[in-house]
Amino acid sequence: MGKRYRTVSGTIFDISNYLLLSLFALCAILPFIYIVSGSFATDVELTQRSFFLIPKTFSMAAYEFIFSTDRLIRSIGVSVYVTVVGTLVNLFFTFTMAYPLAKRGLLGRNTMLNLILFTMLFSGGMVPTYIVVKSLGLLDTYWSLMLPGAINAFNLIIIKNFFQELPAELEEAAKIDGCNEIGLLWRIVLPLSKPVLATFALFYAVGHWNNFFNALLYINDPDKWPLQVMLRQIVMLSQAAAGDINAMDPNFVQPPDQSIKMAVIVVGTIPILLVYPFLQKHFAKGVLIGSIKG
Amino acid sequence: MEELASRSGTAGTAAGTRTGVYRNNALGRLKRDKWLYVLLLPGVLYFIIFKYVPMWGILIAFQNYQPFAGFWRSEWVGFEHFQLFFQNPDFFKLLRNTLILSLYNLLFYFPVPIVLALLLNEVRLAIFKRTVQTLIYVPHFISMVIVASLTYVLLTTEGGLVNELIVKYGGEKIDFLASPDWFRPLIILQLIWKESGFGTILFLAALAGVDAEQYEAAIMDGASRWRQLWHITLPGIRSTIVILLILRMGDILENGFEQIYLMTNALNREVADVFDTYVYFMGITQGAFSYSTAVGLFKAVVGVVLIVASNWLAKKFGQSGLY
Repeated sequence: MGKRYRTVSGTIFDISNYLLLSLFALCAILPFIYIVSGSFATDVELTQRSFFLIPKTFSMAAYEFIFSTDRLIRSIGVSVYVTVVGTLVNLFFTFTMAYPLAKRGLLGRNTMLNLILFTMLFSGGMVPTYIVVKSLGLLDTYWSLMLPGAINAFNLIIIKNFFQELPAELEEAAKIDGCNEIGLLWRIVLPLSKPVLATFALFYAVGHWNNFFNALLYINDPDKWPLQVMLRQIVMLSQAAAGDINAMDPNFVQPPDQSIKMAVIVVGTIPILLVYPFLQKHFAKGVLIGSIKG
Repeated sequence: MEELASRSGTAGTAAGTRTGVYRNNALGRLKRDKWLYVLLLPGVLYFIIFKYVPMWGILIAFQNYQPFAGFWRSEWVGFEHFQLFFQNPDFFKLLRNTLILSLYNLLFYFPVPIVLALLLNEVRLAIFKRTVQTLIYVPHFISMVIVASLTYVLLTTEGGLVNELIVKYGGEKIDFLASPDWFRPLIILQLIWKESGFGTILFLAALAGVDAEQYEAAIMDGASRWRQLWHITLPGIRSTIVILLILRMGDILENGFEQIYLMTNALNREVADVFDTYVYFMGITQGAFSYSTAVGLFKAVVGVVLIVASNWLAKKFGQSGLY
C-alpha cells in the first residue's frame, strides 16, 4: 500500500482505530488475567474488592486444595493420558492414510477421496455413532475418547496435499535403491514432514485437551472423567448442587469458593497457553487451506 | 472437489505414464501397490466403522429400535417417529430457537470479524498489528467448557465480578445465567469473544490480495480513507464475504452443541433447546434411540439440502463455490 496523505480526518481515524483495536485485544485477555489473579487471591479479598489485577495478599490455598483432592488430580491425569496417546493415535491413522491417497496412480483413490469428502457433508449423527461405540464395548473406556475421532477429514486432506507436493524424484531414487513403500514412508517421507507432523500433533493435542463432547457421551464413570468434564462439575454445577444433593451423595464435595473455581479454570487452560506460541506459527496457513480448498 | 473431479479424468493417464510392467492392468496395479493398501487399512477401517456404519445405523429412525434386540430384530415402523416429531409442539419450539439463534449469529456475530479485519488492515505499525492479532486469536484455542466457566464465574449472582460492579454503582443484581432474556445475548457474546478474532484470518488474507495500485490511483484522485474503504477495500473482499455468508446459510440448523448444552439450565430451557441438544437429551439421556435418530436425520437432511443450495447460489453469484 502506497503512502497516504496525512489529513486531520485520517489522523482521527488512526487514533480511534488504534484505541478500538487495543480495547478489543484487551477484552480478549482481560478475563484470563482477572481469573489468574483471582486464583491467587484469598476469598475474603475477592468478596471485598470487586475488581483487581494484583491481589493484595498472595495465596496458594486454591491450588493447594486442587492438588490435594484425588478426583481432580485423577482427571488431570486422564486428560494428559488421552491427549498424549490420543494424539499418537491421530497421527498414526491420519498419516498412514494420507500417504497412499497422495499417490495419483492408486486404484480406487478417487472413490476413497470422494467417500471421505462425503463424511464431511453428512454423518450418521449422535445416536447411531453412540450405538456403534456402545456395541464395540468402548463405553467408559479411554478408547471412546480417542478412536471415534481418530481421523479429522480436513487434516487428512491437507496432509495428503502436502505429500502430493513432495518431489517425485526422491521417490524414484529411493525405489531404484530398493526401498519399498513402507521403507520410503519411514525413511524419506516422514523425516521430510516433521514440521507438518508437529503442526498437526499440536492441533490434535489441543482438540483432545479441550474435548468435552465425547466424554459427555461415552464416559459415565466419574473416576474416568477428563478435566473438562470435571471443570464443568466444579464451576457450573456446584451452584445447583449446593442444596439438598449434599446430604444424599456421599461423594459430594463442598461447593468450592470463587478462588478455587478460578484456579481450576487456570489449570484447564495452562497447557493451551503453553503450546499457543508454537501453534501460532502454523495455524493461519492451516485455516486458509482448510476453508478455501476444502 | 472440483479439483478431484478433474483429476479422476486423468487418473488413467497418470498411471499410464509410470514405467511399470503392469501399466494398464488393474490386478497388476493392485499388486504393485500392495504396501500402499496395507497402509490404507487402518484409515479405511476407521471410516467404515465410525463414519459409514453410523450412516447405515440411521435406519433405526424407521424402527422401534430395542437395544437388547439389536438392529436385526427390531420392528420396522416406517415414518412413525417423524410424524410424532412434527406433531410434537417441541418441534416448533426447537425450530424457532434454532432459527433465532442463527439469525442473531448472522446479524451480530458475522460482521464482527469483517470489521475487525478492516480495522487491522488500516494499521501500519507492524508491531501493534502483530500484538493485537496474537491476543485476539488466543480465545479460539480455549475450550467451550472454559468459556462457559468464565461466563459463570464472572456473571454469577454469588460474588461474580459483573454483579459486584453493578451493585457497587448502585444497580441491582441481574441473574444473567438463569434468565431466558439473557440466554441469546450471552451465546452471541461468547461467540464474538471466542471466535471473532480468529475469524479475521480469512478476511485479512482476502485483504492482502487487494491490488495496491488501486489505492494509489484513488489517492491521486483525492479519495479519503473512508472513500478508499468503501470503493476499493470492501469490493475487494466482497467475494470472500459472499462465500462465507452462503456457507453460514448451509449451517443454519447448527448452533454448536457444546456451547448451547453448557449454557442450558432448568430456567432457560424454553429459549435454549435446539435440535442438537434435543437429540442428546432424548437419545442419550432418555434412551429414545429411534425417535432422536429421526430428529437427527431430519436436521442432517435439511443441512445437506441447505449446503447444496448454498453452493449452487455461490456459483450463481459467479464465485467458484465450494465444490
